[in-house]
Amino acid sequence: MVSNELTWYMILMSSILINNIVLIRFLALCSFFGVSNEIETSIGMGMAVIFVMTLASASTWILWYALLLPLHLEYLRTAVFILVIAGLVQFVEMYMKKALKSLYNAMGIYLPLITTNCAVLAIALLNIDYGLGFVNSIIYTVGVALGYTLAIILFAGIKERLALSTAIPTPFRGHPIAFITASLMSLAFLGFSHLFGL
Amino acid sequence: MSLWKDFTTGIIKENPVIVLMIGLCPALAVSSSANDAFGMSIAVIAVLLASNVIVSLIRHHVPDSIRIPIFIVIISTFVTAVDYIIHAFDMELYASLGVFIPLIVVNCIILGRAEAFAYKNNVLSSALDGLGMAFGFMLTMVILGGIREIIGNGTFTILNYQFINLGQGYNPALVFIMPPGAFLTIAFMMAAHRKWLKK
Repeated sequence: MVSNELTWYMILMSSILINNIVLIRFLALCSFFGVSNEIETSIGMGMAVIFVMTLASASTWILWYALLLPLHLEYLRTAVFILVIAGLVQFVEMYMKKALKSLYNAMGIYLPLITTNCAVLAIALLNIDYGLGFVNSIIYTVGVALGYTLAIILFAGIKERLALSTAIPTPFRGHPIAFITASLMSLAFLGFSHLFGL
Repeated sequence: MSLWKDFTTGIIKENPVIVLMIGLCPALAVSSSANDAFGMSIAVIAVLLASNVIVSLIRHHVPDSIRIPIFIVIISTFVTAVDYIIHAFDMELYASLGVFIPLIVVNCIILGRAEAFAYKNNVLSSALDGLGMAFGFMLTMVILGGIREIIGNGTFTILNYQFINLGQGYNPALVFIMPPGAFLTIAFMMAAHRKWLKK
């Protein structure tokens, strides 16, 4: 597990490869299976996740250590975090639509999907559970989001090929074969475990 | 008859995990043993039933435009309660479910049922719909966790009762209790459901 003792390089490696958010830790599966039919859209989704996740982690970290902890409101954590993340995504979407038109065209449609992406809330909670400092939690979040992007782009590449295949038995077409693909990718990522003794 | 239908659609025809493909994250992540899967399903049942009932009770007083934030607040209240209850009574389960307990709040099954069913139907129907969906989730979880535990560990244990023990002679396929096994098992469950149960 990640902790403050690790260097930034180790935190990145751990979150991108060794504990890959999708394939090893089973988070963000809905969007992983839903938005991965083309490489192009999965790149857009990956960029949007990197952006939103970092913003959400930073704001929830500050909120936790500046507001909830001093006031002994720890039990409000889940409720406050999810509302802050949902509100944040709305604001970002509105701001981008107004001020950053080209960026909005590239990833705007993926933003509402991210509110329901459990990985965003999970990473906000894990930053607190692992007791990471501010800088480390940002590094960890960026690593996790990069790991997500890597996994979804690889997966989309395989799915584009699978769509052309005619050799798949009927009950396995569509989702079941996608899950078997994910299983093999997960097996490959399992090969990274204990890299650097993590 | 229609009440019975409210209850049963969620179990096979619209099974949340296998057919609707929602609630996948907890289903795959905490199903490495039947007992964890069972514990997680109990937590989901409690939250889904309570939130469906409350949403249905206040459905005439909620303004349409802000209903989603209100649902989220209701759901997260129950999730926090469940989180603290599990922490108090079963530390071992709490440790193995980990971050997936607070994550029940973003589980699409719960918000989805509040929005699609409880917001439009009376209390009894909503309660039965919640129970049915949750039982569908539980059935999938226990079968998934059971298959993984039997193949990967040679046992099937729920709440300290050991139902199956393949003993020393069985050489467990460890990969089934590791992440790849979860994807593989659910793929075969989906294919089997399509072949035999879908009408």
